[in-house]
Formats: sequence, structure tokens, C-alpha cells
Amino acid sequence: MTKQHPAWSPYDNNGGTCVAIAGADYCVTAADTRMSTGYSILSRDYSKIIKLADKCVMASSGFQADVKALQKLLAARHLIYQHQHNKQMSCPAMGQLLSNTLYYKRFFPYYSFNVLGGLDNEGKGCVYTYDAVGSYERVGYSSQGSGSTLIMPFLDNQLKSPSPLLLPAQDAVTPLSEAEAVDLVKTCFASATERDIYTGDKLEIVVLNKDGIHREYMELRKD
Amino acid sequence: MESIQAKQGLVGPNDPIQRTQLPYVTGTSVVALKYKDGILMAADMGGSYGSTIRYKSVERIKPIGKHSLLGASGEISDFQELLRNLDELILYDNMWDDGNSLGPKELHSYLTRVMYNRRNKFDPLWNSLVLGGVKNGQKYLGMVSMIGVNFEDSHVATGFGNHLARPILRDEWHENLSYEDGVKLLEKCMRVLLYRDRSAVNKLQIAKITEEGTTISQPYALKTFWGFTAFQNPTAGAEGSW
Repeated sequence: MTKQHPAWSPYDNNGGTCVAIAGADYCVTAADTRMSTGYSILSRDYSKIIKLADKCVMASSGFQADVKALQKLLAARHLIYQHQHNKQMSCPAMGQLLSNTLYYKRFFPYYSFNVLGGLDNEGKGCVYTYDAVGSYERVGYSSQGSGSTLIMPFLDNQLKSPSPLLLPAQDAVTPLSEAEAVDLVKTCFASATERDIYTGDKLEIVVLNKDGIHREYMELRKD
Repeated sequence: MESIQAKQGLVGPNDPIQRTQLPYVTGTSVVALKYKDGILMAADMGGSYGSTIRYKSVERIKPIGKHSLLGASGEISDFQELLRNLDELILYDNMWDDGNSLGPKELHSYLTRVMYNRRNKFDPLWNSLVLGGVKNGQKYLGMVSMIGVNFEDSHVATGFGNHLARPILRDEWHENLSYEDGVKLLEKCMRVLLYRDRSAVNKLQIAKITEEGTTISQPYALKTFWGFTAFQNPTAGAEGSW
């Protein structure tokens, strides 16, 4: 008899799109709140963004159970860091920790696609972008997840970051104001939602600047 | 020669270990929702052996501790093993005698880790679990899948329920549902599932949990009407190529 059941898989793709944009003195991190499996929606109100430290947030898409395990691990590691050093971890430090944590599971990976947004030690916006096994890079803006193929080229077109090959190295932060960056993110998601079935329902935007952290929401198409 | 030695038992010493990669006896959808005073949960009592409905009195909703209800679809034996583990967990927690008890939030978190750990061992518990409860005036309703995917929502449904019941719930659910309206809404969902899910049977239980405690109804049947013309001649008007 032929096989009737598909082989069991330890992975699922729960979809979702993440974007982060760094400015001179702010960082905007955003993700939609839809969680899907196959053609079904599991939840219309699931937050993909967590605050890892005072000046560091992570937006993650991919396999929700792996993402949750990753978030718990980073939170635990950050708690130990605070007990040992009596301070919050910086965003660049958290960036390295996230890379190491992902690579630690190189041969049974966390199926998660992350962007880390925050402020560096000079208070400048910083964005780190990852693949599932921990390759990472500091950039001025990035998009990850199911809608990234729609959003990334649009950001490239709008933000025209200086080539990383330029010498001396140029600052990767975007020239936009905070309000302009928030508007750009909203446009990105409104557009991605039109074509990507795994993006929609609601947009969660987290803005980090010298005044602290602030969250806002925008409704997206629910179909 | 080699094969004679290996076939002395069912599993030879050099055979790879086999874990549950397909379920035997399974239960179908669980549907649950928040209402004014707590949580309501519904599940039918069928136990399918493949496509044969082998058992017709399987209890798939059980109270856990004082504040929670657990509903399960999927492999019945995995669910029953899980119930034994949870019973022990609750017992040992109770033996501290410190007045603390595990609430629905803690149990959901625990179940999430159990399911995810088993998937990491490539030895999953073949279930979708629904956990509902009330503690300290806080209503809680969440779901966990076979591979550890988990979330909270104001209404949830497993399996076919996610396709057939949740659209109804999204249309008709609201925060202030009375007990009567909640039961009516669940029965509407269960009736649709009964009509369209071949694994569903017309014998179900509805469970209620509030601050006062848990009540699980006696098994009962829904009133059905099979005389719709679409049921009598389902292909009328649907022109096919054969």
C-alpha cells in the first residue's frame, strides 16, 4: 500500500513579516499580528515583537514554537547578564548573543527569521538582520519573514543605503525623520498585505528613541 | 541467517527506535470560547480508528486542578497519558500545602513546554490541546499544537473546528455572552461540524468553568434535520465533467 499519511514534520511556518528601520536617534521596529498555518489563520492578534532590553527589541517570524523557545532563552540569558553586570545589555551585545544562540542550534535550527532593532551605545539607531542559523549583519533597515520579498526592494528603493563597500565606511542609518519612518513602515505593510496571505490583520509598531519606548497599532486587511 | 536472529522479537537490537509517527485512535474537533463568567468548551465523544468510528463514549474534556479545563483532539491514548502526568503534577503541587495552586495560565505554559520538548525528541504527543480556566477573576483560554505552537484567544477550535467553527465564532462572538447564548453558539458550531465532519458523532459534552468551579454536562445529542434538498441530492446544480 502506498503511504497515506505525510511524514510528520517538527516544523511549521506560521508566517508573518518583520521590518526595522534605524535613524540617527531612533529605531522603528514593526511586525504584523497574524499567525497562520497553511491556508488557515490561527490568531489575528499575536504579537511578534518582544522587548529584550531597555534599548533592544526583537521582531520574529517563522515557526512560532521555535520563536517562543528563542525568546524565553534570550530573556533568561538577559536576566543572568543583569545579575552579573548590574546593567541592561546593549543592543550590539544582544545582537551577538542572538547570533550565537541561533548558531548553537546549527544542525537542528530554530526556524525563525529575526530583526533586532534598538539604539547602540551612542544612542544611534541600529538594526541587525539574521538568517535562521545565525548569520547576521548590522544594517540601516531590514525586512524578514513571509512578506520580506515584497518589502525589501521597496525599502532599497526608498532609503538608498550607502554601499557597504565604500571606504571609509559610511553610516547606514536612514536620513528620514522618525515620523517619516513610521509612515514608510505603514505603507510597506499596507502593500505587503495586499499580496502576501501570511501578512495582515494588524500592524504593531515599536518606536525606540531617547525618550524611551512607545508602541502603536494600525489595522490591516483581514482577508 | 541475520534476519532470523533479528526477528526473534518484534524489535531487533539493531533496528532504529520507532516513535509515534501516526496516531491510532483519534478524537476530532474541540471548540471553546470565553463568555461573561468564564469559559465554555465543547467536544463530541467519538474515537476514530482511522476512518472507523471505533468508540462512542470517549471523554475528551477533563478538569485539571481547581481552575482549569483541558480539551483534546488527536490521539486519545496520548491525551490519557498526559492526564495521568497532570494529575501527578497537581498532586505534588498540592502536597506543598502552601495555599498556592496552578492556574490555567501556568498549566498552559507547562503544556506548551511538554509538547515542544516531545517534538524536540521527535516523539510528539499527537494532540491539539485547548486549555481554559478562571483564576482570581481572570479568564484564560489558549491552545497548544502537536509541535508546540501555542497562543491565547477569546475563542479557539482545533482541527476541522478551525475551518468550520471559527468563522461562525468571529461573526457572532462578543465579550458579554451570557451562559445561555454561549451554549447556543457552541451548539451551532457543533451542529455544523456534525453535518460536515465525517469523524464527528452526535454525542457531545459541554463543559463550563467559572470562579465557582467546573461542571461538565452529561453526554447529549443535538437535534438534526437531514431533509435539506441539498443533502438528498448533493450534486444537483453542480455540473461536473463526469
